[in-house]
Amino acid sequence: MEIVRFIIDNLDIIGARAIEHISIVFLAVGIAVATAVPIGIAITQSKSTADTVLYLASMMITVPSIALFGLMIPLLSPIGHGIGYVPAVVAVVLYSQLPIIRNTYTAITNVDPALREAAKGMGMSTWQRLRQVEIPLAIPVIMAGVRTAVVMNIGVTAIAAYIGAGGLGTFISRGISQSDPRQLVTGALAVSLLAIAADLFLALVQRLLTSRGIQGDVTQ
Amino acid sequence: MIRLENLTKHFGPAHNPFVAVDNVNLDLPTGEICVLLGPSGCGKTTTMKMINRLIQPTSGKVFIDGKDTGTVDAIELRRSIGYVIQQIGLFPNKTIEENICVVPDLLGWDRRKSRMRAKELLELVGLQPDLFLKRYPKELSGGQQQRVGVLRALAADPPVMLMDEPFGAIDPINREVIQEEFLKMQKTIRKTIIFVSHDLDEAVKMADRIAIFRGGKLEQYATPDDLLARPANSFIEDFLGSDRALKRLRLIPVRNAMQTDFITVQNSDSVESALERMRSSGSAAAFVLDAEGVPQSLLSAQVAGARSGAVADHAEPVKGAVPVSGDLRHAVSLMFAHDMPLLPCVDEGGRLAGVMSYRSIVHNLGHGETA
Ligand SMILES: Nc1ncnc2c1ncn2[C@@H]1O[C@H](COP(=O)(O)OP(=O)(O)O)[C@@H](O)[C@H]1O
Ligand SMILES: [Mg+2]
Repeated sequence: MEIVRFIIDNLDIIGARAIEHISIVFLAVGIAVATAVPIGIAITQSKSTADTVLYLASMMITVPSIALFGLMIPLLSPIGHGIGYVPAVVAVVLYSQLPIIRNTYTAITNVDPALREAAKGMGMSTWQRLRQVEIPLAIPVIMAGVRTAVVMNIGVTAIAAYIGAGGLGTFISRGISQSDPRQLVTGALAVSLLAIAADLFLALVQRLLTSRGIQGDVTQ
Repeated sequence: MIRLENLTKHFGPAHNPFVAVDNVNLDLPTGEICVLLGPSGCGKTTTMKMINRLIQPTSGKVFIDGKDTGTVDAIELRRSIGYVIQQIGLFPNKTIEENICVVPDLLGWDRRKSRMRAKELLELVGLQPDLFLKRYPKELSGGQQQRVGVLRALAADPPVMLMDEPFGAIDPINREVIQEEFLKMQKTIRKTIIFVSHDLDEAVKMADRIAIFRGGKLEQYATPDDLLARPANSFIEDFLGSDRALKRLRLIPVRNAMQTDFITVQNSDSVESALERMRSSGSAAAFVLDAEGVPQSLLSAQVAGARSGAVADHAEPVKGAVPVSGDLRHAVSLMFAHDMPLLPCVDEGGRLAGVMSYRSIVHNLGHGETA
């Protein structure tokens, strides 16, 4: 009951924190899509490069977020952003690389060779082939990677509250330090709901981006 | 016209190459279908892909209408050549309309013109445009997809088409239908076509000329009839099979093989007079026709020689007739089915135009062998 009361009394702050949270995750994943999709496509040209890149991206994801934030303090301090919004965004960008690169790489390499052959034989350039055939066919799998990245990093961003990035994690960190279960539970609940809502939203985006001709064919 | 000149392809290391295509020379006149035929791995596909430069020749040249294709930009070259592959390869993310319009769009055609073209092409193969234009490939049957694959290659009206086992992915019954359909279309579009097949029957049916490959070498290049009648070596003879003479049946039109020296009689005529007339004209049978000229019954010289009385009492009913536009295979099949050693040949109106006998068939098949 107390918790419900707390939530109702603090709806405006919860809303503001949620928007902070969303802005970190979506900006960072946006940047990650812009880097990881081209990387995922580029590495289809060479198996050994692909193995190396995917290995590095996997290594990245094994670094605990709290350690990553700690590492970034000395690195980003010289430009005045040792803590706060910027390191949070950087961390999410880094963590998002693996799921998006890997899914892009897998999806493009799995395009039926016969389609590539047909596209080439009909006179498409490499770029035309990517744009008209390979990327549209890869979209569902790429989007699945984006969804993984978003859900995972909504959790990572909650921890970024410890470096002053704001967001819903603030309730959790304060709940712990002030031994206040109301804030703790509110924070945890809000983070989970946000993850679910974001995933549903991206599922819708995925549907809109996927040609009707391959809808339902491919699952993650 | 397509000309392959000393065309050669090596795969693998230069010091120890695998020779996939070995010094192939071939000339294909405009508007004809050349089938590249041979067992799997003999270099048919590699030869074909050197024409649109999906594979770069190790040496030798390809000329299309006298122009060395090696001097043309590869992408432009491919846009000017229709390409059909065995796996069909329709783009599943594009509608049928978009699939057909791929090359016109690459060439920057006016949108209205290309969409109009897609509509016409679908109509050409009996697929209703308003039903199919907006569908996706997965919503079509295999045979429909196969047709669209061919239409897509025809969309920009290229003078030359490359077709790699284009009807291979389809069941035998539908394959026959699509082959017929394509041949009918080819009568009007008159493309110069390189067609890869490993199926002798398909080759005999489709080809104006057949190029038989073996281990990357062109073993024989001839018309289907020539090839079947005069295989150049024992490999080809084996490849064609022991029933190769039968395969020629399909290539000989009834019109060319039938005898036209039949005689007609009335039911009331006497058998003796009919026989007398057959003997004097050297014909093997006498037909009774109705008022329209449609054969009703026939009296063979053999039967007439052993009987007497009226024609009506001894003539056998006509149980089947072959159209003069058919081929000998059709004729033989009817002769067997109806047990008729003498088969009437009829025109479009069903009127008697000639007669086919075992003797005339053997005579026609024999021609090639002895020449
Ligand atoms: N890219 C390649 N690298 C090495 N060998 C190849 C390559 N493409 C084809 N070959 C070989 O060349 C031969 C001819 O192949 P292909 O032209 O595809 O035969 P076909 O179409 O007559 O079945 C085969 O033995 C095949 O294994
Ligand atoms: Mg082949």
